[in-house]
Amino acid sequence: MDVSQYLQIFIEESKDNLQRLNENLLKLESYPDDTHTLNEIFRVAHTLKGMAGTMGFARMQKLTHNAENVLSEIRSGKLKVSASMLDTLFQCLDALENYVEEIINTSSEGSEDYAALIHELEQIASMQDTSTPSPQSSAVSLDNAKETVSSGPGEESGDLMELPESQALIKNKAISMGMSVFQVEIKLSSNCVLKSARAFVIFTELERLGEIVHCVPSAQDIEDERFEDTFVLVFITKEPKQKLQEIILGVSEVESVVIKAFKSGEFVEEAALVDKQEDAQNGGSQDNTNAQNGKQVSSKTVRVNIDRLDTLMNLVSELIIVKTQLEGLNVSAENSAGNYNDSVEYLERVTTSLHDAVMKVRMVPVELVFNRFPRMIRDVSRKINKEIELIMSGEETELDRTVIDEIGDPLIHLLRNAADHGLETTEERIHIGKPKKGTIKLQAYQDGNSVVIEVQDDGRGIDVNKIKNKALQKGTITKEEAVNMTEQEIIELLFKPSFSTASEITDLSGRGVGLDVVKSKITALGGHVEVQTEMGKGSKFIVRLPLTLAIIQALMINIGNEKYAIPLSNIQNIEDVKKEDIQLVQKQEVIVIRNEIIPIIRLHNILGLPQEEDKDLMMGVIVKKGERQVGFIIDSLIGQQEIVIKSLGKYLSGIDIIAGATILGNGEVALILDINSLI
Amino acid sequence: MDYTFQSIRQFIVFKLDEQLYGIDIQNVQIIERIKTIMRVPKAPMCVKGVMNLRGEIIPVISLREQFELLTSEYTDKTRIIIVKLDEAMVGIIVDEVKEVIELDEEQIEAVQNIQGKIKTNHIMGVGKVDANIITLLNLTNIIEEAFETNSR
Repeated sequence: MDVSQYLQIFIEESKDNLQRLNENLLKLESYPDDTHTLNEIFRVAHTLKGMAGTMGFARMQKLTHNAENVLSEIRSGKLKVSASMLDTLFQCLDALENYVEEIINTSSEGSEDYAALIHELEQIASMQDTSTPSPQSSAVSLDNAKETVSSGPGEESGDLMELPESQALIKNKAISMGMSVFQVEIKLSSNCVLKSARAFVIFTELERLGEIVHCVPSAQDIEDERFEDTFVLVFITKEPKQKLQEIILGVSEVESVVIKAFKSGEFVEEAALVDKQEDAQNGGSQDNTNAQNGKQVSSKTVRVNIDRLDTLMNLVSELIIVKTQLEGLNVSAENSAGNYNDSVEYLERVTTSLHDAVMKVRMVPVELVFNRFPRMIRDVSRKINKEIELIMSGEETELDRTVIDEIGDPLIHLLRNAADHGLETTEERIHIGKPKKGTIKLQAYQDGNSVVIEVQDDGRGIDVNKIKNKALQKGTITKEEAVNMTEQEIIELLFKPSFSTASEITDLSGRGVGLDVVKSKITALGGHVEVQTEMGKGSKFIVRLPLTLAIIQALMINIGNEKYAIPLSNIQNIEDVKKEDIQLVQKQEVIVIRNEIIPIIRLHNILGLPQEEDKDLMMGVIVKKGERQVGFIIDSLIGQQEIVIKSLGKYLSGIDIIAGATILGNGEVALILDINSLI
Repeated sequence: MDYTFQSIRQFIVFKLDEQLYGIDIQNVQIIERIKTIMRVPKAPMCVKGVMNLRGEIIPVISLREQFELLTSEYTDKTRIIIVKLDEAMVGIIVDEVKEVIELDEEQIEAVQNIQGKIKTNHIMGVGKVDANIITLLNLTNIIEEAFETNSR
């Protein structure tokens, strides 16, 4: 049996577990005495270790094992949680993350041993051993603490299975040769995901000690995971029952084992039942949803709430009903016009709902990105020696999966900026009478059709003059420009490439690549960034993102004999443009509409189409980007339409004036214009 | 890719301006009749545009343009061969698709020995079937080059 098919599940689960470890370690740092948190950490670490072991990642298992030792020392009260110890544990988490990363990339854990880290962990774990008189108690590990041994008959005293004839013969022969034959009933924990992998591990372990002659369900069924959580083996061995029990319970996620011995045809009821309540209340629902979609091999998965899937299912059945209705109409074509319209109307309603439902499936909470920030801020604050409190809110706000994937890096950047540049040093803060601890607020909320994420600090704010001087010094702007610039315009300079006001280059920022990257990434996602700042009070970066990228409202237009789509969100209005109204200002064609001078762009030229003779009356689409307005001259309008955005693929991604393509009702392709790069 | 270890390889043979070319069948997804291709502004010369293949947008290139042959009208024999390289699909317009042939590794000759208009890095080798000589194309190079050349 091959465990590689479980790799995807393993990766997903491990990521989850690492995240949970991260959160709980942070909690532990704030509340070192919280035993609940400690237990949770312990449980998760243990699961992680077990899973790594099952998948054959020995290095990862070893590291987790060492970390577990330290944790068990803390739990038994012999070690106190200290900052340096937490540092080591965090390092250990990072190392584990590296392992997982390596596994994602190469399906193997790599060759890094983290020997130094393991040594450190060992030292921490042994520190107490020398000073406390009872080193024995370090063995108070999870297994001991959680196992309740209730041996003897009574519980689970079911009959031994009837063996098929040939196996029965083997059994009798074995017994006559002085070997023991056991019936082993193994119950896996109900939220165990890699059931057949677990079974496989148990099989290999046992086969080292003897021979499995029979199993129910069959080996094939077990391998295909066609069993609930219990399976029964008949096992011939020379080893005592106790040893079998130990070995089987050593495999994680085994809930209980019942071992009964056959004796020459009959069985003697000397059963032992051992319960392992491990993982009993370990986020059952979460694991279940994972089991639902965990089988996917693709690297991007979305966890979907079962309700949403049900809605989808319902809508699809509605579609089928409409289809049947339409089919029925075809036969009796006479008085069906009314029914036909009804059906089409109904179809329209269903497809709209279906669209909404599918979109919802793609939505994931921003929590997915946010949850790694507390840890990051902790590390940053230690590194730069500032006390920082991160306050997060609106984690439940949902965004399209594609946006979520991309938004992490820009946000990290903004947060680091806030910590490094935004907040003053602790001494400074005390000096000017601010609370010693700096606050960074990370807030997400939905606003109409977009999602807003704000990063706010209560630091020194942005020094407009400093930026101005720097820009002058770098030659980004001229002196004349500097005089006329508004405050907002100056702040915009921050987003220009290679502009950093940090006077010193630190590990975190000040390398000149910064906000421009943030801006380009967010613009690429169809969003934009704003800054609000007040000297001495702090600054606020406001990131506005579209709810979804996949489907937009667009205006379809004709240019030449080609069709193009312009995203409706860019369009201000549509105007008739008279030929005589077009004037030239510095070789740029402009028109004046309602006292505003609007430059004109001839789409024919840009799109490489032959320019036709100007008609007396032309059509102009006025688009807006920030404060700028531009009029596009087009041939004719087709209308407003909801379009699905598709990518042009990697080969044509370099063409910046095209944002993508969409497929029209007749199967033809129309290109979507990228307004941002056209203006 | 393990098929390189097999000695027999299959090629789709197509015609372009009286000459026969072959591409490895492993790369071929599907062969389509010519359909509407939407021109893409600012795309490289030999990129004819994009087409819709069952909901996917696929760029289409013309081998005639790339091999610097004269352009010709599409006929009812014109086909688009959809190939997949590195997870990305590309359509290739050819004059006519002929057949599928099998060639033994030994029947494939190296490229050094041939002369012609076509660039050497476009060719993987030359195969001989009966009296016909079939130029076997190196698709990876051809497609990469097609998208690198300057915009019109």
